[in-house]
Amino acid sequence: MKFGVVISEGPYTHQAADTAYHFVKSAIAKGHEVPRVFFYHDGVNVASRLSVPPQDERHIQNNWTALAKDHGVDLVVCIAAAQRRGMLDDNEARRQGKDASNIAEGFRISGLGQLIEMGIQTDRLVTFGD
Amino acid sequence: MSTLHTVNKSPFATGSLASCLAHCKDGDAVLMIEDGVYGGLSGTAVADLVQQKTGSVAIYVLSADSEARGLAAEKLLQGIKGVDYDGFVDLVADHDRTQSWL
Amino acid sequence: MSEIKKFLYVNRKAPYGTIYALESLEVVLIGAAFEQDVSLAFLDDGVFQLTKGQSTDGIGIKNFSPTYRALGDYEVTKLYVEQESLDERGLTLDDLQAVVYEDEDDDWEEKPSIRVVNRAEMADLMADQDVVLSF
Repeated sequence: MKFGVVISEGPYTHQAADTAYHFVKSAIAKGHEVPRVFFYHDGVNVASRLSVPPQDERHIQNNWTALAKDHGVDLVVCIAAAQRRGMLDDNEARRQGKDASNIAEGFRISGLGQLIEMGIQTDRLVTFGD
Repeated sequence: MSTLHTVNKSPFATGSLASCLAHCKDGDAVLMIEDGVYGGLSGTAVADLVQQKTGSVAIYVLSADSEARGLAAEKLLQGIKGVDYDGFVDLVADHDRTQSWL
Repeated sequence: MSEIKKFLYVNRKAPYGTIYALESLEVVLIGAAFEQDVSLAFLDDGVFQLTKGQSTDGIGIKNFSPTYRALGDYEVTKLYVEQESLDERGLTLDDLQAVVYEDEDDDWEEKPSIRVVNRAEMADLMADQDVVLSF
């Protein structure tokens, strides 16, 4: 079965990105497909490659990047929500005249249409938020 | 046709659990996750509300979350079942849609 | 994409204190282009999103309440508001702004988009969806 996942809260403050991670790992291990995870609201902050948690804590962004790499999960960060919160990829940083970008490997910035498309193309949609 | 409802808030902090229970239908399932697992405790101000529903609605707690919070299985209301993440995945697959009560 | 799915946007939070109401509306506006069967549900504190007379000059946050009135132009015409949630908050339909659409199947007659339903009807609506997005 195809599952779509929405993450709508930021890392560390809320558990949403952790629960979603365990859920997606289990779903894939059980033979389901998770073609896409959509990051919205403060969830876009999960994609920051500048996150440096203490070494004895889980690294939420690295975990997601690894999932994308190992299982081809498309990690989509909402562009409107991302721009508000200072999350930019190289293209957007250039376009907006900013001196840095901060989107981690495995994530890509795109529009809200990707969320709707995910709802249309998957069998189940699960939202993790607060 | 049935729905899996997830609740991730303590019932002592928000009305999400109450609202979820007021809108779920017979044959649905409710999965308490994250701080939502406190809704599964016995002897609380909301215990009756939850217990009343256990006849018509299957109520689960995500065991990883209840264990993380030190909720011993014997402290949970009768009829509430624990599931792991694999069980969560099964619940999503087995119901026609998932509704998150954020 | 020939398949049409039923999408329900569930709004349970008040505006301005958090961004959920605004960012929910942004999804609805983008989603309208996908020509799915869209309904919006307003319950619990979500009913506060539709109140009349919002004036946000003092808080410096954009007042997005007029946007609900534009939803008809996007063919989003089903805004379900729960009666019990209104009652609990001391509100009546008169406290909500009028949201209307022009019905193309009825000589473009102007009709109300807001439909007040009771809790059982709201539960039926929720149980009749393919995709439920919660904000």
